[in-house]
Amino acid sequence: MGSRFTFGGDEHLLVECADEMSMRSFFKSLSAAQLIKKSPLVGLDEINAGNASYLIKFNPDFIKPAELLSEIKKIDRIAENSVPVIETRVVEIPVFYKDPWTHETGMRFRERHQDPTVTDLEYAASLNGYATVEEFINAHHSSPWFVSMVGFVAGCPWLYQMVERQYQIEVPKYLRPRTDTPRHTIGHGGCFACIYAVQGAGGYQMFGVTPVPIFDPLATHSHIDESMVFFRPGDIVKFRAISSHEYDAISADVRDGIFSLKTIPVEFDLREFEENSSNYNRALLDKLDGS
Amino acid sequence: MGVKVLNSGLSTTIQDLGRPGYFHLGIPMSGAMDQKAMRIANLLVGNPENAAGLEIVFTGPTLRFDEACLIAITGAEMPFKLDGVSQSSWQSIQVEKGQTLEFDYLRAGARCYLSISGGINVPLVLGSRSTYLVGSFGGMHGRPIAAGDILPLGRCDFMASQVGKNLPTKMLPNIGVREIRVLLGLYSYRLTEGSISTFFSEKWVVASEADRMGYRFKGGQALEFVERKAPFGAGSDPSNIVDSSYAYGSIQVPSGTEPIILHRDAVSAGGYFTLGAVISADMDLIAQLQPNTSIQFVSIDMDQALLARAERVAEMKEIRGYISNS
Repeated sequence: MGSRFTFGGDEHLLVECADEMSMRSFFKSLSAAQLIKKSPLVGLDEINAGNASYLIKFNPDFIKPAELLSEIKKIDRIAENSVPVIETRVVEIPVFYKDPWTHETGMRFRERHQDPTVTDLEYAASLNGYATVEEFINAHHSSPWFVSMVGFVAGCPWLYQMVERQYQIEVPKYLRPRTDTPRHTIGHGGCFACIYAVQGAGGYQMFGVTPVPIFDPLATHSHIDESMVFFRPGDIVKFRAISSHEYDAISADVRDGIFSLKTIPVEFDLREFEENSSNYNRALLDKLDGS
Repeated sequence: MGVKVLNSGLSTTIQDLGRPGYFHLGIPMSGAMDQKAMRIANLLVGNPENAAGLEIVFTGPTLRFDEACLIAITGAEMPFKLDGVSQSSWQSIQVEKGQTLEFDYLRAGARCYLSISGGINVPLVLGSRSTYLVGSFGGMHGRPIAAGDILPLGRCDFMASQVGKNLPTKMLPNIGVREIRVLLGLYSYRLTEGSISTFFSEKWVVASEADRMGYRFKGGQALEFVERKAPFGAGSDPSNIVDSSYAYGSIQVPSGTEPIILHRDAVSAGGYFTLGAVISADMDLIAQLQPNTSIQFVSIDMDQALLARAERVAEMKEIRGYISNS
């Protein structure tokens, strides 16, 4: 489909690049957002881009909605044809899978789950055709993920795994959202992973936790800038499975202010990725390992 | 010095006009839910319109003023007394050092705004003093005010000419409006035509889940969706979409049953379709709706939305002119 343009009240314009998720749609939303930010258009307050759409908040006192619409349609066509190459970074995020906290929370809200007799990990593994939870966890962290949107509450990233569609993990959300989710939970809903930035309500299946803070209202962590939020759309994330022992060690480093995140700058070319995604991913991860 | 909190009220937060610009990172604009009431309270005491005051919801705090200042209380109808003497809202009131402010129960509306000359001088966070409760920052350490807190005030050398400033009744905002105007759009193509007209013809009642993040409504019929094959990544429920950014004021209807209007502490994105958005001119009205209030959504077009916006700007201009000349 072509992009769908629609107003949200008198201050928002939504552009839906596609109704399904794909790397192409994500790249289009990202480049459209970048082009709009660089454009000389006045009256634009904010652009939220992510997954397969982008939302513009504008002030109709400075730009007429009809004029904005016609300008954005032009930019959207340019974005459609822009070269899908971005300068970004690969970030390693350690994950303690099968941790006691998400397990306890999952048990507490079992009656809201599709299958109260198994854990979220057991449910997701079986639904996605993995014989064991270990194989599922391995698939979860062996291929990297794109941060395809940032937001929800306090900088929560949505992550889209960089594998062909038939290998993507898909799970439904809880039947009814939980009123509690541990901080830093690695969740999954639809085809998206997420990291809960703060403790709170949530409906995604829960697979583990990371000791790495991703939201920093008190400005205490050196890896997060003054925006308080670590992730940006376009970041590439490599999860690494860690033990409970290593979880404790990293948590102590975070507390003592000596934790440093493993990250490297990279250029990502969607065309090369699409030619051979597993080779492309391997090269990215080799760079990370060699850093 | 400052203002001592003797009793906090239900959930009294420090708010200014908000923190726009970070929603793309999941940090909402926050700020007073009834912006007009907050602006007027500030104008009455001679503050910049963006000064920080208190947003008081459902029940009021008890406060002791440890320095002389001017105050004004606007928004919901919630009678109050200064050292036991009844005072009027929508006007500036001189407070002597040591006086105590107490509120009676709520009579109409839902949120009062208290402005104090000099403004509440907590640190700016990302350019605003507004409290964002979910993110635990802004205002008083990211939480509602609590008994024992001392609210620091900015420089408090008010002009004697400012005392007793008020607004004529005809200029006061009408907090009793029960029609909320909506521009249909966003993902409304997910709904059948019949379901859209039903949505706008029914009475909807404010549910108990009505707060700074969003207002939930009950009582109408479940929405009917256009059939589809679920797009990859969207999820299987007919109300699911591939997660996308939410607009302030947008109306999402999870599973098609209970509409939720996202307000100033909204989540920035998610996987529920939205059928349109409340026009900017009517967002303040939502702040004054109590649970169990019955309302109706009214469908209007962009030209009408812009006209309503212009009327609101003109009213605010008239109020500014009146207060500065009185």
